[in-house]
Amino acid sequence: MAGTPDDRNGSFRREGAVATDQALPPAAVDENAREAEERKWTPGKIALWAAIALLGGVAWFMLAIIRGETVNAIWFVFASVCTYLIGYRFYSKVIERYITRPDDRRATPAEYKADGKDYVRTDRNVLFGHHFAAIAGAGPLVGPVLAAQMGYLPGTIWIIIGVVLAGAVQDYLVMFFSMRRGGRSLGQMAREELGVIGGTAALIATLLIMVIIVAILALVVVNALGESPWGVFSVSLTIPIALFMGIYLRYLRPGKVMEVSLIGFVLLMAAIIGGGIVAETPWGADIFSLDKVTIAWGLIVYGFIAAILPVWLLLAPRDYLSTFMKIGVIVMLALAIIVVRPEITVPAFSEFASRDNGPVFPGSLFPFLFVTIACGALSGFHALISSGTTPKLVEKERQTRFIGYGGMLMESFVAIMALVAAISIDRGLYFAMNSPTALTGGTVETAATWVNSLGLSGVNLTPEFLSQTAANVGEESIVSRTGGAPTLAVGLAHIMQQFIGGTAMMAFWYHFAIMFEALFILTAVDAGTRVARFMLQDSIGNFVPKFKEASWRPGAWLCTAIMVGAWGAVLLMGVTDPLGGINTLFPLFGIANQLLAAIALSVCLAIAAKRGSFKYLWIVALPLAFAAVVTITASYQKIFSPTPAVGYFANNAAFSKALAEGKTEFGSAKTVVAMEAVVRNTAIQGWLSVIFVVLSIIVIATALLATVRAFRNRAAGVPTKDNEDPALPSRVFAPAGLIPTRAERELLAEWEKVPANLRFERAGHH
Amino acid sequence: MSTGVAALSNGFKGFARYMGGVMGADAYTKYLEHHREAGHKEPPLSEREFWRDRTDRQDANPQGRCC
Repeated sequence: MAGTPDDRNGSFRREGAVATDQALPPAAVDENAREAEERKWTPGKIALWAAIALLGGVAWFMLAIIRGETVNAIWFVFASVCTYLIGYRFYSKVIERYITRPDDRRATPAEYKADGKDYVRTDRNVLFGHHFAAIAGAGPLVGPVLAAQMGYLPGTIWIIIGVVLAGAVQDYLVMFFSMRRGGRSLGQMAREELGVIGGTAALIATLLIMVIIVAILALVVVNALGESPWGVFSVSLTIPIALFMGIYLRYLRPGKVMEVSLIGFVLLMAAIIGGGIVAETPWGADIFSLDKVTIAWGLIVYGFIAAILPVWLLLAPRDYLSTFMKIGVIVMLALAIIVVRPEITVPAFSEFASRDNGPVFPGSLFPFLFVTIACGALSGFHALISSGTTPKLVEKERQTRFIGYGGMLMESFVAIMALVAAISIDRGLYFAMNSPTALTGGTVETAATWVNSLGLSGVNLTPEFLSQTAANVGEESIVSRTGGAPTLAVGLAHIMQQFIGGTAMMAFWYHFAIMFEALFILTAVDAGTRVARFMLQDSIGNFVPKFKEASWRPGAWLCTAIMVGAWGAVLLMGVTDPLGGINTLFPLFGIANQLLAAIALSVCLAIAAKRGSFKYLWIVALPLAFAAVVTITASYQKIFSPTPAVGYFANNAAFSKALAEGKTEFGSAKTVVAMEAVVRNTAIQGWLSVIFVVLSIIVIATALLATVRAFRNRAAGVPTKDNEDPALPSRVFAPAGLIPTRAERELLAEWEKVPANLRFERAGHH
Repeated sequence: MSTGVAALSNGFKGFARYMGGVMGADAYTKYLEHHREAGHKEPPLSEREFWRDRTDRQDANPQGRCC
């Protein structure tokens, strides 16, 4: 492409031209040798990739074209895994070649800033697991469940294609650029690249988005635990278990992380089993059957206390437990799906795919499907993890492709499995569980009648089936258990009982699933509150310097109270919302998360432009444009849509008018108080949407300006200042991917021969 | 038979080591390694001190968890 002032081939290598130590073997595989190896297509290699492409093609054909009466879940596994492999092998290499251009001769922050604590070179496979555990949480388990309202195909396509072209690209780029900047956070990079206005807008947007995300995650937990004595009992027990683990690690046996995690895991299982026994007793059912408002208040009080307690006491031990469970559960679910291979009867496109009045979430497929599934396809929140922690641990620059891009592919696979679990249950049951009480009426009879009246093909729900399922999973009722978590738990229990234990074990598996989701979410709530508090303290500190001191208790407590108050208010609003809560708030969660993605991609766009990769800038621009169009359209509809179910202000106007006319009930609000609540809630939700979208447009606009400026400067030959740390020579070598290539193995063998005293730089200072 | 058991035990040990790495259980070992290589004059922190310092630093520098 003529006319773009790109760095030409070859010339861009100058940026990494650092002189490495001649006494050591090279710190990177020879560029030409690597190229030759990559470009050489042996018959075996061709056959392998042809087979992967063929299998993926057949799987997609089965899902998208054949769409028989039923489709086997194994096709979801093949379609996703083959697409991920192809995306990883081919697309991420294009990104590596033209956008990131890693240079293994440069030392990573883990090497040149090594301190044995925050900056530690970490084995790539270990770091992959570590990074994956940090990015994967309850998000990919919830969004796909709600999106199943539209049928399985739209969600499947978006999760798989979205991750390859958008989500994984974002994670990889943010990680790489942060690594080149010594592990700087997204906020710091935004400020450097976009200037004061863009940086400040990004900071405020991030803070607000965190509040919304924490609130809605908390809402998912509240909905899963409401009126569920078993769930409340076992989830509450995670707190004393974590406290015990914390004290054990601090005073009894410091550093025995695996040991204490195993003990914690056993206690957790005991808590789940114990919950079943306690919930059976009259006193247990009496004490632990809490309504949603009580649980929400409990969570708010808990959130405040947990965020001001020292990390070692609660957060750190629960984090170990949550990581332990996360990896175990995901491996188990994957195994179960592969072994059980459930038949899916849900249609590819449901009756709601072409309408905008679905009961699970309102709005048309475009854009609302794309915001309902955020985590798993494109999650802005990952940008906060990919910048900061992981880049400080990366051993070699080339490994960021495996860890950043590959890690996100794994999360996408989790989302696919959640989708499979959700659609493997009866469709009628799905709608009875995920529609608000305002529609189902709350009892098995009214719910069955209402679901059958929807006219869904192949659905004939009986009240007995609903009661039977509730009894099987050990719950009082499963009608209108919105939020996604209970549906996933039923789906998981349904699959797992075929794998281990039969119907008798269903209740255990159900509460096991609720437990791990609650565990992830409580950790995210606690950590999110802390991060938000620090951001607030830092911001106030610009005016009142005292607030910048992290150890100043009154400041820390005040800021914690403000943040907890903010998400607590949104949580209570969701819990008491006469319209149903999840269905009105979840779109806000998705929009918030993807606006954050748009912000992260804007920063990446500006950086990539400064580095002179104009010809391939579309790699960043494509997901950015998509995220921007989706979120701005969704926000626009939420703000301006005349359909009350979709537009916050339209709903607000309808209820205000009804109040003004002196009506005492309107729509699903049966009292004047409820009507007033709707007016208040819709106004808050509407204005939040306005603020989000305005902030994001500011950030995107400043990023586009920075890009244009970089283009002009490059064309005019004006040198641009990049904000990377200076290039230092690397004195270590490690392979880039999971399996070392031949050239990498040869180089590793050379390094093996180097005497140990020569291998690392002796600092001698400190 | 015994080689099979040995292979199994090796495999399990490898897996446990990997999980330990993912969860950060080997942080102190890595710190000692770094301390030795960097040739610091003063003695390294004890295991107890190291873990205290680690969580206390997390207090002052919180890290988000994902949704």
